[in-house]
Amino acid sequence: MEARAAKPNIQQIRTDAPRDLLKLVVVGHVDHGKSTLIGRLLYDTDSLPEGKLEELKVISQRRGMSLEWSFALDAFQAERDQAITIDTTQIWFKTPKRDVVIIDAPGHREFLKNMVSGAAAADAAVLVIDAAEGVREQTRRHGYLLHLLGVRQVAVVVNKMDLVDYSAQRFGDLVHEVTSYLAGLGLEPSFLLPISARDGDNVAVPSTNMSWYDGPTVLQAFDRFHVLTAPVEQPLRLPVQDVYHFDDRRIIAGRIESGILRAGDTLLFSPSNKIVKVRALEAWNAEPPIEAHAGQSVGITLEEQIFVERGEVISHVENPPPLTSVFRASLFWMGHTPLEPGRRYKLKLATKEANVTAETIERIIDTDSLAPRSGDKVERNMVAEVIFRSREVLAVDEYRSLARTGRFVLLDGYDTVGGGSISLEGYPDQRDALTIRSTNVFSVEHGVTGTSRAERNGHTGGVLWFTGFSGAGKSTLAMEVERRLFQKGYQVYVLDGDNVRRGLNANLGFSPDERAENIRRVGEAAALFADAGFICITAFISPYQADRDRARGAAQRVDTNAFHEIHVHADLATCEERDPKGLYKKARSGEIRDFTGISAPYEPPAAPELTVDTGNESVDDCVAAIIGHIERNFTMKERSGG
Amino acid sequence: MNRLDELESQSIYILREAYNRIDSLSMLWSLGKDSNVMVWLARKAFFGRVPFPAILLDTGNELDEVYAFRDQYVDEWGLDYINAICPGYEETDPTLTSNARAAARKTLGLKRVIEENGFRGIFLGIRRDEQAVRSKERVFSPRGEDGAWDYKDQPPEFWDQYKTEFPPNTHVRIHPLLAWTEVDIWRYIEREQIPVVPLYFAKDGWRYRSLGEKDITRPVQSNASTIEEIIAELETTREPERAGRTMDHDSEDAFERLRQAGYM
Repeated sequence: MEARAAKPNIQQIRTDAPRDLLKLVVVGHVDHGKSTLIGRLLYDTDSLPEGKLEELKVISQRRGMSLEWSFALDAFQAERDQAITIDTTQIWFKTPKRDVVIIDAPGHREFLKNMVSGAAAADAAVLVIDAAEGVREQTRRHGYLLHLLGVRQVAVVVNKMDLVDYSAQRFGDLVHEVTSYLAGLGLEPSFLLPISARDGDNVAVPSTNMSWYDGPTVLQAFDRFHVLTAPVEQPLRLPVQDVYHFDDRRIIAGRIESGILRAGDTLLFSPSNKIVKVRALEAWNAEPPIEAHAGQSVGITLEEQIFVERGEVISHVENPPPLTSVFRASLFWMGHTPLEPGRRYKLKLATKEANVTAETIERIIDTDSLAPRSGDKVERNMVAEVIFRSREVLAVDEYRSLARTGRFVLLDGYDTVGGGSISLEGYPDQRDALTIRSTNVFSVEHGVTGTSRAERNGHTGGVLWFTGFSGAGKSTLAMEVERRLFQKGYQVYVLDGDNVRRGLNANLGFSPDERAENIRRVGEAAALFADAGFICITAFISPYQADRDRARGAAQRVDTNAFHEIHVHADLATCEERDPKGLYKKARSGEIRDFTGISAPYEPPAAPELTVDTGNESVDDCVAAIIGHIERNFTMKERSGG
Repeated sequence: MNRLDELESQSIYILREAYNRIDSLSMLWSLGKDSNVMVWLARKAFFGRVPFPAILLDTGNELDEVYAFRDQYVDEWGLDYINAICPGYEETDPTLTSNARAAARKTLGLKRVIEENGFRGIFLGIRRDEQAVRSKERVFSPRGEDGAWDYKDQPPEFWDQYKTEFPPNTHVRIHPLLAWTEVDIWRYIEREQIPVVPLYFAKDGWRYRSLGEKDITRPVQSNASTIEEIIAELETTREPERAGRTMDHDSEDAFERLRQAGYM
């Protein structure tokens, strides 16, 4: 405290431009002096607000303590009363070189989740050890957590050297103990410092009590840490955060986690494996940039309109993320309920959410000794290696190569219960097994030809695409046509909302994008039925010509004459009067949004192969017209003759 | 990327996360420098739009210049504006000091506007460096059914994974500016040329450093009449930002009690 004259002169710092900001977490066992060190740093750098020192003296006296620096940080009444830090806090100060934000993390074991919240964002860490008490349980656990959280720059600070007579021997022993522990985690401390935080020895000024030490002070060490930057040089990863259509642009929004993205780049979406070019990077109140780097939140538009949803990962075609439905994780557990094999959790990885099952607990790690042991559950505050399995295929990265897309959190109900980093060692990339890339698509000639199928069935395969307003009679006609064709010996099947939404499209909602994707999948499924020799009837409003044209394209890959668009026509007033499902009423009241004919457009087919008018013709007449059309276009000569 | 670029990008990420994950959002627009930066960041995040309402918790006691600023920028920024009238002094907790009771009117006003509109998420422009209790906040900070902050058991928040799942009848406060400092805010205002209420600039040796209501906010001594001068002043001052906000200073835990009950 008497060292005021020897403080670094912070008035000489540059103020004409933003300085670097070093994010630094202070960890260690409870009561080893984390908050005291921070309080002392604030004092020594003239960072305490006017009047704060006086306030601290008063608060300390009120509780019968000598000056307690930690009260500068412990903001809650409960923290001051119990003289412990409950939740992580942040505080700013300036060194001659840069700004530092210090994250004070609680040392108490029960506040692990708060420690993690503070430490995960840090560029570097200070691990505080009490010279008298030595390495304790939380010293090791925090060291381990720094390793799991990916904090690689660590200064080991041995505090309270005054309690051990500033002994170089004691310092050497402690340093040996802690460095061998950290070495077991692959962590090599950047600095090893003997200090007395209360008295300011080696904090901002070199200690006169420890002339045997000639290394940097704490403050000097802070200036030598590296401020971490987002990994620009690594492969591109842009997890899709959202898709906006505020105007006629369809903007895909997200933050680039690694790499560089440029306008004109060809992008690969995973796990859907769609490939599309970037049209432009979008911006407001600024020129659209031509490229964007890791760390930037961006918006992009694409050359083609493809269905994209939150959670997909954008990469370049080279260096895509591995696809997998099983992975190993190094995990820390914060749940009140233990993790047990067979239990399901929600995984959040970048912007992706998926259900995963804890399959196997490979080992539980004792953070004291680093010794692995087996166990059938992972208790709160433990760390373990666990195999997880998901039902869907996930685009992930190896944590050690791409940290930001190789780590995840787990939720149980509403609560975050764990965090982990991914290792795929021993698990193959499922991408090759799952995809047919445009670069290696060879259509395999089926042993059974379309001609043979048609000969056996007596008719060629095809798609009868019914389109029209809700209530126009599409489903009624489809079912009746199917029944009659079946009786005649046709291979026939109806795809409608009921059977498609239940399975194939169970993951789709009713947003414009999802409706478009619904129709796309129906078109593809119908084309497969046609290829299999079936007459496939689809009954969907399918209001947009573009969607129907795409379905036509899919069927025409089977046969140029395979697709027949049938306009099931009835005017809107008639349909609204029928209202068999009560949907028009709901649409009029606003309960259903974007309802075709009421609040969303219907584009009638420009050139349908057939139109039936259910407003003016009976069901029987309409069915007969459709069956006649089918017989003329799909039936082999022999059958139509008979 | 420099420090402002990083802060901007992170705030945009937070705004977009909330917009995607939480139904029925709104933003508190106190008209102070921070909330103007927040509106600006929302326009960046959503390509020129603020796709949720902006609320002023109006006690009728804001400074005249503040109301004038509002009237101009509601239109200019195309905001979907809600003027939320706060309940009177007599409805506040009588065990608080009179300064704190004046501030607590906003807490009640906020509670009311949330209930009336069924909001599940509220953006607030608070920062960790403003005040020690605020420094303990999470970016996504869940509130109980009564709007209270359970500061002793906050959810973990790391790796940019935020709490976006909640039981019914609760809401979440979202703090896109939590990591910014006062100087960062001014440097960003300077870089982006964001309009602010003129009371921040010194006149006759006094300026407002933090804007609150007429009766409980005082100007501070200063000759800083431009943004550059404000930045230079802040880089060296040891006066806390909220020195002019009387409600913070009545007792050791004055601000903590206000916040626990749901104050911003």
